[in-house]
Amino acid sequence: MIPRGSIGRRLTLLLAGVAALLSLLSWGMVTGLARQAAERTQDNVLAASAITIAETLRSEQGEVRLELPYSAFSMLDAIGEDRVFYRVTAAGDLLTGYADLPPPDQGLAPGQVDFATGLYSDEVIRMASVLRVVLAGAQPIPVIVTVAQTRQGVDQIAAELSRLAAVLSVAFFVVAVALSAIAARTSLRPLNEIAAAVSRRGPSDLRPLRRAAPAELAPLMTALNRLMDRLGQSIRRSEDFIAEAAHRVRTPLATVRTQAEIALHSVSDETERQRLRGIIRAVDESSRSAGQLLDHATVAFRADDLARDPIDLADLARQTAATLEATAALRDIHLQLNLAPAKVAGDAVLLDSALRNVLDNAIKYSPEDTTVSITVSKLGAMGQITITDQGPGLGDGPVEALTERFRRGANTGGIVGSGLGLTIARDVVAAHGGHLALQHAENGRGACVSLVLPLA
Amino acid sequence: MRILGFALGVILSWTGAILAYEVEEERFYPGTGPVVLRVISTADLAVFEPYLRAFQTQRPDISIAYTVTSSTDLYAAIRDGAPFDLALSSAMDLQFQLANDGFARSYRSAMTADLPDWARWRDLIFAFSAERAVVVVNGERIAGLPLPATRQELIALLRDNPARFHGAVGTYDVRESGLGYLFATKETRSTDVYWRLVEVMGRLDPKLYCCSGQMIDDVAAGRLAMAYNVLGSYAAERLARDSGGRVQILRMEDFENIMLRTAIIPRNAEQVEAAGALIDLLLETGVRATADDWPLPPLGETGGADGAGFSPIRLGPALMVYLDPLNRRTFLAEWENAMEQR
Repeated sequence: MIPRGSIGRRLTLLLAGVAALLSLLSWGMVTGLARQAAERTQDNVLAASAITIAETLRSEQGEVRLELPYSAFSMLDAIGEDRVFYRVTAAGDLLTGYADLPPPDQGLAPGQVDFATGLYSDEVIRMASVLRVVLAGAQPIPVIVTVAQTRQGVDQIAAELSRLAAVLSVAFFVVAVALSAIAARTSLRPLNEIAAAVSRRGPSDLRPLRRAAPAELAPLMTALNRLMDRLGQSIRRSEDFIAEAAHRVRTPLATVRTQAEIALHSVSDETERQRLRGIIRAVDESSRSAGQLLDHATVAFRADDLARDPIDLADLARQTAATLEATAALRDIHLQLNLAPAKVAGDAVLLDSALRNVLDNAIKYSPEDTTVSITVSKLGAMGQITITDQGPGLGDGPVEALTERFRRGANTGGIVGSGLGLTIARDVVAAHGGHLALQHAENGRGACVSLVLPLA
Repeated sequence: MRILGFALGVILSWTGAILAYEVEEERFYPGTGPVVLRVISTADLAVFEPYLRAFQTQRPDISIAYTVTSSTDLYAAIRDGAPFDLALSSAMDLQFQLANDGFARSYRSAMTADLPDWARWRDLIFAFSAERAVVVVNGERIAGLPLPATRQELIALLRDNPARFHGAVGTYDVRESGLGYLFATKETRSTDVYWRLVEVMGRLDPKLYCCSGQMIDDVAAGRLAMAYNVLGSYAAERLARDSGGRVQILRMEDFENIMLRTAIIPRNAEQVEAAGALIDLLLETGVRATADDWPLPPLGETGGADGAGFSPIRLGPALMVYLDPLNRRTFLAEWENAMEQR
């Protein structure tokens, strides 16, 4: 499987991108609004100043008189350190102030404040103009008061607020990214949990997953369960097939063996006898392999729904040893039993099958006139049956590999075998929650195989 | 404000045939290098020389050409584009007007950044000394009279002793002195007793002065019993200490005028770096914590132990209100009415 990016990272990046966009947007908006607010404040102050000046206009002896009020100028300090310019014109003639200020709009109505932005003395200025009509004598004279100010204060306020907004936006972004990461992780947790549950399962556990999962994961779960179901069926079918095949092969083999035995007894020619003995041996081996295939299928079948009967390992060992006594005797191999009671809960058929395969192996690989010992003991919470032989041992390769299906040791010589014996034993003890321990015998010669099972 | 500048220019044009300003004092301090820092100032050399000497110890390579003139002449000179690198003036309103109208150049340094907000405006104008206006009295001539602490008491004192004060009261001629005008306009805004005080003084045939130095001299010499709104409190205080009680300084408790001495770098300055260095030196002496041997008082402390109520005249556009020709005309008319009642 090729990993194509991580959903969590993609989700985090996506959310972070959205947060960055929002941060940028909010910063831009706050900056714009701050600028507007500052400009409006300046406009208000300028308007107030111009109106204050206009209100002091009066006529004396047919002339327009004016006294600039102190407050009209002191209030212009409010926003910042800005340069101030002003002009008062009566009927178009300069009364006082800066003559060269840009003129206000033409259509200035009395009582209304006109704002304009212009350039004066190398700086951008904001101007507020008001028109007031003063009656000088009998003549109405339009007087225009213009107050102007540079925009440094506005710029400064806007820049300060913009900086503040930028800091807040960055903080917002950082928090949003952290929250995104948390959110992504939280929403992906069910997926990870399912993955963990699947990977925790044993190699032959094909039961359907029964977990509460978010709606989005339900199709995946269904598909997964359906796949496992199909897989299980397929495995069962092939196991059934193998069992059936083994069973069918065994019966005719038994017939062939009986016929061969009879023939052996009735033939006197040594060459013939030798040939017949070979046939018998081959038939035995085939029969044994078929039996093992059958055992293996049985293990696979019964392990799915394991029985938990109370079993004493000592009894089991004694019974199994008894069934193999004859085979051992044929080759002058002595079975030595060191038994202590050890109660486990399990399937007697399977455990017998496991022990028989291990013991069978031991007998098969042991040279003639040796001893195979069977020891039942307790070790903490585990009980174990240990079979030790004086055969060629487990070879130099990794011992764990020997339990693989159809894998045989490197030093099996001319001995015929299927390579299923240890696999069966391992599967059985694993189904019971135990494990198979493979060691070299203590004296350096022979193998030591232990079936370790949890005590009941 | 072009108008005012133009008017001042016209007025001043007959005082000097070529120069738009009248030079009261002039001195050249040669340095080792080719750079000449041209300073125009309202502070007398007697007051200012220590600063120049200190500057030349720091920067011996810079020569200084120091020109003393009046505050209005200084204003007109800078407006006319006279070739100076630094303008130091006690008329903060005129200095402010120059800065506002674009005749100053901005300057920034670690020292200017350390200045309190009220002591600078826009990196264009920097205050380096704060001085309060005080009342100076001749102890001998007012012997036996209670010393006034407020303007109310001052009014009462003058009114009750017309014989003793007749012809013996001095104050600024606000028509001539920019500083006197600034103080007077500030006082009309700050206290309602100012006009009454002017009226009372007007009845006593007051002597009007252009400059505080002459006023202090006349008080010390006994020609005046009292001088009102005198600047140069430092010089006066030293005189008071030396005179053994003959000259006394009174501080009005109801309201005090505090003026800032300011520096600007004119727009057409050439030695901006040197001018900035001198500003830094002035600011360094200005922000010092205690009054020491410098001739001008520091910014934060003006000779008294009580810092309470310390509020110097604000550097801001409001300073331009009374510089407006219309306002000036109105104010002077009112002042003349009150002061000259003969």
